[in-house]
Amino acid sequence: MRFNLAVNPGTTKENKTGNWRTDVPVIDRDRCIACGACARACPEGCVFVVGDKALQGKVFFEKDLDYCKGCGICAEECPVKCIKMILEG
Amino acid sequence: MPYQMPFKSLLTPGHTACAGCGEILAMRHVLDAAGANTIIAGATGCGEVTTSKYPTSSFRVPWIHANFENASAVASGILAAMRYRCNEASKHRSNESKAQEISEPVNQLTSPEGAPSGSTNLIAWGGDGATFDIGLGLISGSWERRENILYVCFDNEAYMNTGVQASGSTPIDANTTTSEPGAKSMGNSLQKKDMVRIALAHDCVYVATATVGNVLDIEAKVKKALSMTGPKYLQILVTCVPGWYTDAKDTIKVARLAQQTGIYPVVEYVDGKLVNVAKCPRPRSSVEEYLKLQGRFKHLFKDEKGATEIKRIQEKAEENVRKYNLQ
Repeated sequence: MRFNLAVNPGTTKENKTGNWRTDVPVIDRDRCIACGACARACPEGCVFVVGDKALQGKVFFEKDLDYCKGCGICAEECPVKCIKMILEG
Repeated sequence: MPYQMPFKSLLTPGHTACAGCGEILAMRHVLDAAGANTIIAGATGCGEVTTSKYPTSSFRVPWIHANFENASAVASGILAAMRYRCNEASKHRSNESKAQEISEPVNQLTSPEGAPSGSTNLIAWGGDGATFDIGLGLISGSWERRENILYVCFDNEAYMNTGVQASGSTPIDANTTTSEPGAKSMGNSLQKKDMVRIALAHDCVYVATATVGNVLDIEAKVKKALSMTGPKYLQILVTCVPGWYTDAKDTIKVARLAQQTGIYPVVEYVDGKLVNVAKCPRPRSSVEEYLKLQGRFKHLFKDEKGATEIKRIQEKAEENVRKYNLQ
């Protein structure tokens, strides 16, 4: 009797963990310096570059709110404090 | 604004780790540094139960769930299989009388033609329970056999997966469910096991510590370790939000303070020689700053007895600073 217990790679993306969140991170795009600290610090790995290089050569970071658990590390680690955690709802 | 997630990381989101989990953050950086050409044997622990809820998996690389104790032994088996395939392939390749036996240690897995192609990295990882306590024997065996495996320990200083029981890695005076402070106790009475020195005693080619407070350091160390051949050990201090009773947002800050206060020396040994330490800033933060952020040390701030314990922890930090020349 054989069991195939292997599962497909990267399939946890079905679990939308965004509904765990109480506070949602909001980026102030005017102050963002596009350093990428939030992308490195996110435990979910759900911060990523959005769009092309915008004005002044900046690359903005945005979160995928399907997965963001609202831990607030990005807001804490942002060197210019342009991310605010705001109560969602 | 409509946007789509590119899913670039080798650790897919949607895992069920707590908000602000330090282990999963470190794991993602270890994986991304190692690259797609990696095979992983993972011990039981938070890193396993959160990422591989059947029938899903967060990993985009081959990953096998070992038992609590035998991640390194499973990795040894994978290495043996790689060696076998390497030899078989070389037999097919050469029509000469004798097939070349690939000599130890096999660093490279074969491409289909059998040529040692770009190396396939073999990583075994586990939490501190699996490393410091339960799996120590098998890890020791793997190191003794000089196998080319990188062992990564995600050190969150207790058995967090089962509900914060003290492990060999739990620091002195920490509050866990098996070492609760009270009238006769100040928390965990035992010192943290010095796993780095155990690894050094096994003559590992690369022994390093890191903290999740500096994720780029983790990536650099993983890349450096994987460029070497032989047994390697990397220990990463990771914050545990429910186990350390910290705020989710402080995950990186706490781990960074552990390094900056000297409590958790970030060191790097190559062939047994200390080649690198992460220096503490001047003036160095006191350990109180580090302890205050964590609920597991809350009892130390209540009375005189606690104050003397803090002094003891501060002395330990000073000792580390002197020992490793951290400042």
